[in-house]
Amino acid sequence: MSSLIDVENLTLKFRTDEGLITAVDDVSFSLKKGEILGLVGESGSGKSVTAKALMHLNSKNAVYTPESKITLHSDSGEVDVLSLRTPKELNVVRGGAISMIFQEPMASFAPAITIGKQMVEQLLLHSDMNKKQAKAISVEMLDRVGIKEPAKRFDQYAFELSGGMRQRAMIAMALSTKPALLIADEPTTALDVTIQAQVIDLMKDLVAEFGMGIIFITHDLGVVAQTADRVNVMYLGRILESGPVRDVIRTPAHAYTRGLINALPKLEDLDAPLMPIPGDIPSPLERPSGCVFHTRNPELEPGSRYERERPPLIEVSPGHFAALFPEDVPQ
Amino acid sequence: MNPIISIDDLSIHFPLGKSFLGKAPVLKAVDQVSLKIEKGAFFGLVGESGSGKTTLGRSILRAAPISGGSIRYDDGEVSYDVGNLTKSELKDYRSRAQLIFQDPYAALSPRMTVRDIIAEPLEVMGLTKSREETDERVREIAAKCRLNLEHLRRFPHAFSGGQRQRISIARALVCRPKFVIADEAVAALDVSIQADILNLLKSLQEELDLTLLFISHDLSVVAHVCDHVAVMYHGVIMEQAPTRELFANPGHAYTRSLLSAIPSLDPDHKLEAQVYTPD
Repeated sequence: MSSLIDVENLTLKFRTDEGLITAVDDVSFSLKKGEILGLVGESGSGKSVTAKALMHLNSKNAVYTPESKITLHSDSGEVDVLSLRTPKELNVVRGGAISMIFQEPMASFAPAITIGKQMVEQLLLHSDMNKKQAKAISVEMLDRVGIKEPAKRFDQYAFELSGGMRQRAMIAMALSTKPALLIADEPTTALDVTIQAQVIDLMKDLVAEFGMGIIFITHDLGVVAQTADRVNVMYLGRILESGPVRDVIRTPAHAYTRGLINALPKLEDLDAPLMPIPGDIPSPLERPSGCVFHTRNPELEPGSRYERERPPLIEVSPGHFAALFPEDVPQ
Repeated sequence: MNPIISIDDLSIHFPLGKSFLGKAPVLKAVDQVSLKIEKGAFFGLVGESGSGKTTLGRSILRAAPISGGSIRYDDGEVSYDVGNLTKSELKDYRSRAQLIFQDPYAALSPRMTVRDIIAEPLEVMGLTKSREETDERVREIAAKCRLNLEHLRRFPHAFSGGQRQRISIARALVCRPKFVIADEAVAALDVSIQADILNLLKSLQEELDLTLLFISHDLSVVAHVCDHVAVMYHGVIMEQAPTRELFANPGHAYTRSLLSAIPSLDPDHKLEAQVYTPD
């Protein structure tokens, strides 16, 4: 299948009072139609900033290096996302071909405007529909995501909906413009597990039905295992490991991925000790040289190559890459 | 072993609006809950948002109004009826029962040094006689929470989430409480840090002979650290049992539905959440 979006050599820094802070460091990946790609990482890993770059949504103090390139292959041709400037041009990636759902559904809806009005507004903006058609589509989408009495909900405000229902309404709104790519930034993190399970099911059904690509951002490896086809594991703005979700979780090649898995409390084995990754996530102002993870990697000897040199992303099995030097590739 | 906390038929109801005729509707945040926490236990209280777990915890610390029933505190030295404390009893109780907060970014004053943050409970409650004694107590608990002298001079903004949570823990433990409530104490932390804080809580519990009430929405975390678990739903305890028993053999349909909703790390172990509908 052809690719939907290509990210090449994306490097993004923020201009601050304390100097330039690197948020994303030479990241490349692609997403195909109908594929779910998980972006996993802890705070400061750059996963949200990467996703926002796809919609050119980062704040004004963001600086992209000249090598950074994001290409969207939409129905109406190729779009060089980072070269878009005017609001009209940006419409294509902001709600047109790309939609985004956020972690906090309460903060994502305007509190004083009904759900329906907000859904209609964006449809009028991104399509040739009239108000009547837009309302019909919106009510249909609310129904599609499993909201009961959609016509009644259409006229309600965000505070009148429960957390799970709000997140469903958010998904309905994001999908009503029929985007080619949906970015979901921690869409289930603020939800209870029972509601999370429903939202995960819903998103998988929607991919099957609409065939769009999804970038699923989360810190939860369990959620990734249950949703994604492929996964990128990020740390301090770098991809340290990427590949099919089964390979990455069953045979993690990078010490960071192994560390994340070992740190997770597992219900299957209550006797297993919880193994924290030693140390703390470094401040963005003190970015480690070489491999960004070397300061916390318990498997490295002092003076190792990883302290000075940056390891390449090397293919450890078909389609499965890890930031390692060739001599460290597991056999 | 004697229970340090005995909750008997506890109800906490909040009025919803006012009504002229008849009774105003009430929200039953906690409804006829009975619970015993043995001395030295690492007791888990799990539930989803709105289940009443935080309100129940707050009521033990006298931060939520009790509508009915009783809470008894008995650590072997003193015994209190928590709902009816005299002023001097309340002061003493405050130093015996403490709370660790969820969000280490909101819980620490940005204008105070770490030393002052940890020392504040001692000073407010007048538990130490001199500044030297206060400093001694601060250094002692800081070391147990793996904070060094240099850390004590700095302000909270210089610390990561995990370090901040260690400061919060030191602050809660500096007055040598017997009973500590940790309300979602690791929920705001990254996975790689969370395990470290859980291990620290566990070792402090043993070292300082603490009883912990660990409130959490995360069943996997509770399964790993707690020895006894109570499952709460809509203000009611659905089930309580020793951890292993509860997870090996969940007796209540709600517990089973919670367990089934946890996404497995194994991509081939498909998520099949059972929906719980109360009768």
